[in-house]
Amino acid sequence: MNKIIIIGTGLAGYTLARELRKRDQESELILITHDDGSSYSKPMLSNALDKGKTADTLVMADATKMAIDLNAEIWTQTTVSAIDADKHQIQCDRGAVDYTHLVMAIGASPIKIPFAGDGADQILTVNSLQDYGVFRQALVAGRRVLIIGAGLIGCEFANDLSSQAITVDLVDLAPQALGRLLPAAAAQELQQRLADAGVNWHLDNAVAAVHQAGKALSVELKDGSRVETDIVLSAIGLRANTTMAKDAGLDTERGIKVDRYLQTSAQDIYALGDCAQVEDLHLPFVMPLMNAARALAATLSGDKTTVNYPAMPVVVKTPLYPIVVCPSPRPVDGSWEEDVSDQGVRAWYKDEQGKRIGFALTGELVKERMAMSKEIPDWLG
Amino acid sequence: MKQWQCLVCGFIYDQQQGLPEEGIAPGTAWDDIPDDWLCPDCNVGKSDFDMVEI
Repeated sequence: MNKIIIIGTGLAGYTLARELRKRDQESELILITHDDGSSYSKPMLSNALDKGKTADTLVMADATKMAIDLNAEIWTQTTVSAIDADKHQIQCDRGAVDYTHLVMAIGASPIKIPFAGDGADQILTVNSLQDYGVFRQALVAGRRVLIIGAGLIGCEFANDLSSQAITVDLVDLAPQALGRLLPAAAAQELQQRLADAGVNWHLDNAVAAVHQAGKALSVELKDGSRVETDIVLSAIGLRANTTMAKDAGLDTERGIKVDRYLQTSAQDIYALGDCAQVEDLHLPFVMPLMNAARALAATLSGDKTTVNYPAMPVVVKTPLYPIVVCPSPRPVDGSWEEDVSDQGVRAWYKDEQGKRIGFALTGELVKERMAMSKEIPDWLG
Repeated sequence: MKQWQCLVCGFIYDQQQGLPEEGIAPGTAWDDIPDDWLCPDCNVGKSDFDMVEI
């Protein structure tokens, strides 16, 4: 009988376990996590304030309930220290454990820049419910936040914080919000609406140092200006967790490398979610994770299935200015063809041959996303 | 009128509006949506939605 071990109980680990149990009630299933195994949805972190949620109320189910629902063992606060691919065995706090199939759903970690200054060690990042709890605790006293990075998370958090009359400073190296995901006209409108809601923009700028200033922090920017704030939140991107895979001798690049069956370079070891690079694509967001979980669940229950990625647009949770982006999944030189109206922006991203390879929609036009994504070639067809 | 919220990404299905661009006519009740329907924003299954009375 199969003995399946899943390392990680984020959206990837729990979604895979749920999809597997829809097809296979017999296999022994163990999930191992270094945290408390609470089930929650990470995308919901970036609009929790507006929705009146706290770190606690974001929990959908605790590990005990998940173990019952999934007919699985869930080992919480447990660290996996090694994987022996040949022996089909892992080493963890509970000793050596055999598996027939091992799945790495170990996610990604925020990229951290070592800034100068005696306050730099207080920079927060948020990529888990635990991180979010720390951030919300800091928000109780500190009503000013400086966010580094005006990407998806930075803009979503800025919108959510501004809905609570919290002073937000948003710093980014690029000349516009959401960088290459949006054409200029749409980025400017988003920047305007967030500014109207109290967000102070520092574009074409960067943090040089973070100094302690009494109980507050004084952030020195590249242009020499200083911003006094209470909390500095870094949101400049994620890097897949690959160390555990490298130590086990598995191929890694921008993520743990897997084929279309989500299998790594070692037999019977798979990976999915933010830690995985499927062929040449590292896509740390929800829709690819869901497609991968369904395909891998089928494969693990005996029905070998490849993962397919259609064009997968991303909804940007900025209620002040609804946005959907569908970037080209691979870096391709191209240009925007913008159509601006009072309903919003509809923009195609075209390659140099004029082929439509991506799009962006804002305002009321976001409802066209299904139709538009049908015109984009599959990312992994 | 009943609404259903995706537990993963917060997408709201509003019975009154339906999803015309997906061929789900306005007024279509939640139970009448096919079981293999997926959330348009994140592809999670129907079973991952919660009924929200608004």
